[in-house]
Amino acid sequence: MAAPLVLVVLVAVTVRAILFRSSLAEFISERVEVVSPLNSWKRVVEGMALLDLGVSPYSGDLFHETPLILYLFHFLVDYAEIVFMITDALTAITLYLAVKDYNKLMFKKQKLLLELKRYSQEGHDLLRVPTEMYYVPLKVALFYLLNPYTVLSCVAKSTCVINNAVIALFILATVKGSRLLSAVFLSVATYQSLYPITLLPPALLYLLQKEFIPIKMKSPSFWLFSCQYCSMYLGCLCVLVCHSFFLLNSWDFIPSIYGFILSVPDLTPNIGLFWYFFAEMFEHFSLFFVCVFQINVFFYIVPLTIKLKDHPMFLMFMQLAVISIFKSYPTVGDVALYMALLPMWAHLSRFLRNVFIVSCMLIVCTLLFPVLWHLWIYAGSANSNFYYAITLSFNVGQILLVSDYFYAFLRREYHLHHGLYLTKKDGTEATLVLK
Amino acid sequence: MGLLSDPNRRQALSRVVTQLNTPLCIISYLVGTMWFLGLAFQPFTLRSYISENSMGSTMVEEQFVSGERGLSYAREFAAHKKSAGGSPVAWLERTMRGLGLEVYSQSFVRTLPFPDETTERFMVKGTNVYGILRAPRAASTESLVLSVPCSEGQNNNQAVGLLLALASYFRGQIYWAKDIIFLVNEHDLIGMEAWLEGYHDVNVTEIKSSVMLGRAGAIQAAVSLEMSSDVITSFDLVVEGLNGQLPNLDLVNLFYAFCQKNTLLCTIQGKLQRTDFDTFPGYLHSLQTMLIMMLKQGSGRPQGDHGLFLRYHIEAITLRGINSFRQYKYDMNTVGKTLEGMFRKLNNLSERLHQSYFFYLLPCLSRFVSIGIYMPAIGFFILILILRSLDLWIKLRRSDGTAEDGVMDTEQDPRPGILSLATPIVICHATGLSLYYLPVMSQEMATDHFPVSESEAVVLTAIAIYVAGLALPHNTHRVLSGAGSDQGWMTLKLISLLYLAVLLGCISLINFSLGFLLAVTIVPVAAIVQPTGPRALYALLLVLITPATTLLGSIFLYRELIEYPVSLLECWQLFLQAIAGGMLDHYLYGSLLFPFIAFFVYPCWLQLWNVVFWK
Repeated sequence: MAAPLVLVVLVAVTVRAILFRSSLAEFISERVEVVSPLNSWKRVVEGMALLDLGVSPYSGDLFHETPLILYLFHFLVDYAEIVFMITDALTAITLYLAVKDYNKLMFKKQKLLLELKRYSQEGHDLLRVPTEMYYVPLKVALFYLLNPYTVLSCVAKSTCVINNAVIALFILATVKGSRLLSAVFLSVATYQSLYPITLLPPALLYLLQKEFIPIKMKSPSFWLFSCQYCSMYLGCLCVLVCHSFFLLNSWDFIPSIYGFILSVPDLTPNIGLFWYFFAEMFEHFSLFFVCVFQINVFFYIVPLTIKLKDHPMFLMFMQLAVISIFKSYPTVGDVALYMALLPMWAHLSRFLRNVFIVSCMLIVCTLLFPVLWHLWIYAGSANSNFYYAITLSFNVGQILLVSDYFYAFLRREYHLHHGLYLTKKDGTEATLVLK
Repeated sequence: MGLLSDPNRRQALSRVVTQLNTPLCIISYLVGTMWFLGLAFQPFTLRSYISENSMGSTMVEEQFVSGERGLSYAREFAAHKKSAGGSPVAWLERTMRGLGLEVYSQSFVRTLPFPDETTERFMVKGTNVYGILRAPRAASTESLVLSVPCSEGQNNNQAVGLLLALASYFRGQIYWAKDIIFLVNEHDLIGMEAWLEGYHDVNVTEIKSSVMLGRAGAIQAAVSLEMSSDVITSFDLVVEGLNGQLPNLDLVNLFYAFCQKNTLLCTIQGKLQRTDFDTFPGYLHSLQTMLIMMLKQGSGRPQGDHGLFLRYHIEAITLRGINSFRQYKYDMNTVGKTLEGMFRKLNNLSERLHQSYFFYLLPCLSRFVSIGIYMPAIGFFILILILRSLDLWIKLRRSDGTAEDGVMDTEQDPRPGILSLATPIVICHATGLSLYYLPVMSQEMATDHFPVSESEAVVLTAIAIYVAGLALPHNTHRVLSGAGSDQGWMTLKLISLLYLAVLLGCISLINFSLGFLLAVTIVPVAAIVQPTGPRALYALLLVLITPATTLLGSIFLYRELIEYPVSLLECWQLFLQAIAGGMLDHYLYGSLLFPFIAFFVYPCWLQLWNVVFWK
């Protein structure tokens, strides 16, 4: 299995190296779909220049990356291209290992449940078999490395690539059951882009499951473990923030990063839902609507956790998708991360209904972004409404995709427990309808 | 969501899509064609009007009377041009300075990738001369441009004369709030490109030009004037710019309004507006006018010097003075008054022209078809592709063994391997890449080995690669296993159809005419091709709708429409010229047509060719 992975990594690195050397690199790094004010390489370079001049990099409204990234690239700026390529490869390998481990675990769990006769006899068709699962990790790595979205954000040197690597490491640590590393990487991810804080419940659920601790309000071990994990997480976050403070000797970075993420002052068009609304809105409503928009990311984790508490990995996938749809400055790199995990759920394919339409929609939207941008900004013949319409349909496509997977997952679980062929009480065939 | 999530309704929907597919496609094609033909019909078009408030009426009292002076400038200019053997830079600078303008010149050099045989250019060297009239009432933040190409021979002398006369008249007026740039550009479009790049300090093509010393403010609008006679009978308005971009309709309306005020005759595409649009001949006339416009727009070639301004977000039109055999002639004074009126109105602009339409078709000057009305025509064609691909998808799912509701029915065939699909797609695109790169790169080798000139070599290599592409790809997949199944070609066709749909959708947003011309030809054939049935017929149909044949047909149609028909042999000559011209447009001005065809449309078409020869 290692050989194909190496091959994939080599192909991916070659593609990236060619693109870095071509004239396209500059064009790509200016695309608003690929870089956001948070993670654009140009701004990182600007931040480093300000740092060298002895000016606080956060003094203007240009730089919004974290101090650690700033210092990291301060040392590595000459090798930036290699760093970005290695980060991408690292992410892919991490995901590969994580998925491999997870699949092994799932297979064991399936065997256990089968022995306990939890599954209905008729539902055996739906069980996963090792031959199908064998290639899943490789497919995940392939989906991540050769996804055009990832390639674009790597070539644009968007620091989103690094966030993805951190999240991938966090997933690996969680799957391996290492609670300290999981908490550390989760806090790094949170420190980087704030939104991964919502990945805390799935990670906690996963670790609890792994330790065979029942999720009950009354059990003391549940509370003990949760407190342990949360305190590790918070402690690590504290260390990171304090460390940043000592590096720069000021708290400027807090409003400039987290305030910037939460209050959305930069309304440069991107593939997200925020910019158009807040560009159109009267100033005195904007606080209220910022809250309404931001609540999307943080709120959906509650019902999802309740519904999917036995399937924390799927919950994590769902939440990653929710983050990339509803975050304030999304880029295609964020989309690429959760799309890489789609092969993990390949066994749901028979219950998926709209994949064809949705994937067409996503591809069409992706291609229309530059076209309408050209018409709006260069030709001046279209306007922002055209571009926003595509943004909307892109996001609707993503939401349809995610909800389709959600539905398929629940449906498979239902069939596993109740049998594949449902009958009504009077003996006729029944159908499940989602309305 | 109900429609997509309820399994019963989904089944009903998919039954409609599969069983009624052919009739739905035919209806869709017919509706699309009818819709398009209806666009030129008078009741469906909108009456044009000026929406920009600050240009609302033509209430300007024009006082330009120095037409005679313009003519004497023109004669002087002609004499100096003849003795200088090119643009008389020194004389122009002297004269403009004498009129009280700030005068600058800009020299440029451009070596073409291969010699242009129609205009006999290879190493182009020239100088643009421009004078800036500083606005007495504002701080040089905005400007307008009046440009005249200094062409070879006796052409355009009168236009230069009128430009100078207008400059001297404008100099005496006190109401200017925008700087006015009077530009005489050499080597028409190449000079214009050099000037625009210099003015905006960018370098998008490989043109080398001297540093620009003087600038006025941001250019708001530009008018390019072409006139080669002392009197004119009518003005022809040219709107189509680079990549089919059009100026804001308000600028067109403004010109039309002033023509009406001064009772000047004006035409579009060389066609005079008819008064009887409700009769059948009247309808045909507007349809012809619209078709000529679409063919010109679809070519993506700037039809006048104004065409390059549009890329810089500057609204511009070209006015071409025509002297035909009509009785009633207009002298320089009337022409000058019209221009004066337009410039005074443009001077009133308080922001860029943005109110009116940017996407339109003109069946005549007083009426237009807006984007909302013409887009459905191409929408119906794309609908065919979507219906066909849905049908294929449902069939593929069925043969895959998965029924609608997630229940497995039957044993399944081996799926076509990813290799058997990826190979033809990669080969098709590689052919496309070689079509783009090889002709220009290999011209020297070709001229060494064959008795042809460089430009012939380029064109013939392009044609050779194009034809060779037909033989190449459909042999490759036979050696691969698993390719023989029906699923193989169905999947390839599904991919090609979706690819084509996306391509047509994207290009019709940028250049509707090009998208429509491609759609109306390719779509019906793309929808029916398959490896079973009358294969020879499908292959013949595919050859008939290949982009190259479409180009040949378009040239023929164009010459028919402008009532200047050509024989087949001449048409072939024009076809060769058009190919060279299309490539040159790409290298010189950045026209998108050639790479678009080479990178996307041609490979997509080759994939369909592959489907026909699938074994």
